[in-house]
Amino acid sequence: MVNAEPFRSPPAPLAGEGGRGRAAEPPGLPRPLGLLAELTHRCPLGCPYCSNPLALEGRDAELDSATWARVFREAAALGVLQVHLSGGEPAARHDLIEIARAAREAGLYVNLVTSGIGLTGERIRALAEAGVDHVQLSIQDSEADSADRIAGYRGAFRRKTALAAEIVRLGLPLTVNAVVHRANIDRIAAMVELAAALGAGRVEIAHVQYYGWALRNRAALMPTREQVERAAATVAALRARYRRQIVIDSVVPDYHARFPKPCLGGWGRRSLNVTPAGRVLPCHAAEVIPGLEFWSVRDHPLAEIWEHSPAFRAFRGTAWMQEPCARCPRREQDFGGCRCQAFLLTGDAAATDPVCHLSPRHHEIAALAAAQADRPYRYRRMPASAGA
Amino acid sequence: MLETGDRHSLGPEARPRLRRGVRLQHSPAHGGYVLLAPERVFKADAIAAAILARCTGEATLSAIVDDLATLYGAPRERVLGDVSALLAGLAEKKLLEW
Repeated sequence: MVNAEPFRSPPAPLAGEGGRGRAAEPPGLPRPLGLLAELTHRCPLGCPYCSNPLALEGRDAELDSATWARVFREAAALGVLQVHLSGGEPAARHDLIEIARAAREAGLYVNLVTSGIGLTGERIRALAEAGVDHVQLSIQDSEADSADRIAGYRGAFRRKTALAAEIVRLGLPLTVNAVVHRANIDRIAAMVELAAALGAGRVEIAHVQYYGWALRNRAALMPTREQVERAAATVAALRARYRRQIVIDSVVPDYHARFPKPCLGGWGRRSLNVTPAGRVLPCHAAEVIPGLEFWSVRDHPLAEIWEHSPAFRAFRGTAWMQEPCARCPRREQDFGGCRCQAFLLTGDAAATDPVCHLSPRHHEIAALAAAQADRPYRYRRMPASAGA
Repeated sequence: MLETGDRHSLGPEARPRLRRGVRLQHSPAHGGYVLLAPERVFKADAIAAAILARCTGEATLSAIVDDLATLYGAPRERVLGDVSALLAGLAEKKLLEW
């Protein structure tokens, strides 16, 4: 699982009275549009930037495919339009094809978020037939040796590029997700060139966000300010150069921004996340916040969880906000930033995300952004007892 | 690489189709049709849905306009204008090709 960001806005009208604006939100409870389905935490790679939690769930705890099928039907009935089949590595599930088919049969747009390891040509063909609409394939670098070192898996790069060719040959639309940090940020141009050469329609320059394993490796991953500034200029030049060939998506990395990211378009507002064991979270990092009560799809229908579970109600809307968020004109635009980051960096989940320049703790972010240390990565690993 | 859609203008003999990975889907929860694409969703009103349902790569623009003009009992020129505007906008967003 790297950087799946479900969209943040309600569907834009294509034609008619709405013009170019957004469709009006009906009053009352917001409607989720995206579901991040973490099918498993198992993954053959060990990427040190992984945003999965440090306490990974083992195979024995995973939901079975029939339960996932029910979750997809409940999600579609609730308004969800797109599902991101993620993990861990979703291909680690032997029943991935069955799960993908169930998602498509529920009427969802099926996005497969994969490292590519564990997907043979035969399997990707079966997934295309089962109804996968789009594949998002991660790459770790433009150079094989460096990519494999970052992934902690020898031969990963070669297998990914071979799989990309097969995905494109099948006519499946491909997004390459290039996760960027200090070791590879200077090769953004080469990574975009690679994505274009592989036949991807879109490439995401995904600056690492510091949760889970990435937070543990923060000083080893953090780019310098100079690198970040060069990267922004590089991306602008690449967009002009590849305008007709490939869409390049990129946002300013968190710790170097002035305003916080509107985390998933607001807490409990646009998306939900189901963990391998079935707990439903407002975002994939939410379990770091102590005291939140998460409900499971094993015990409740999804609609009930969305509306009533304590975790979803905790930071929905704006009533929970403190100053400077409470009276900020941007409060409905960036929703105080990320609750998980606020907690991780200030100890208070209801504080302003310190990425915001209006936060009284903003200076601490600048110090963290300036802290680079060339220490060995602590690779993402399952605990020995978890049955990886 | 095959490039269609943005290289030449939309003529009467063009056969528009949604690009691979773009799908028109009925959603009871949203009370109508939605157009789904990688990381993007759009709400299609009844007219947009009627147009898009015909963009299969088989029918020509001309045939689509005739069909809709009959269906809605509307002047052909006006239907042509509406359909062309919608399709050009979608091609610009890389959702449609011909």
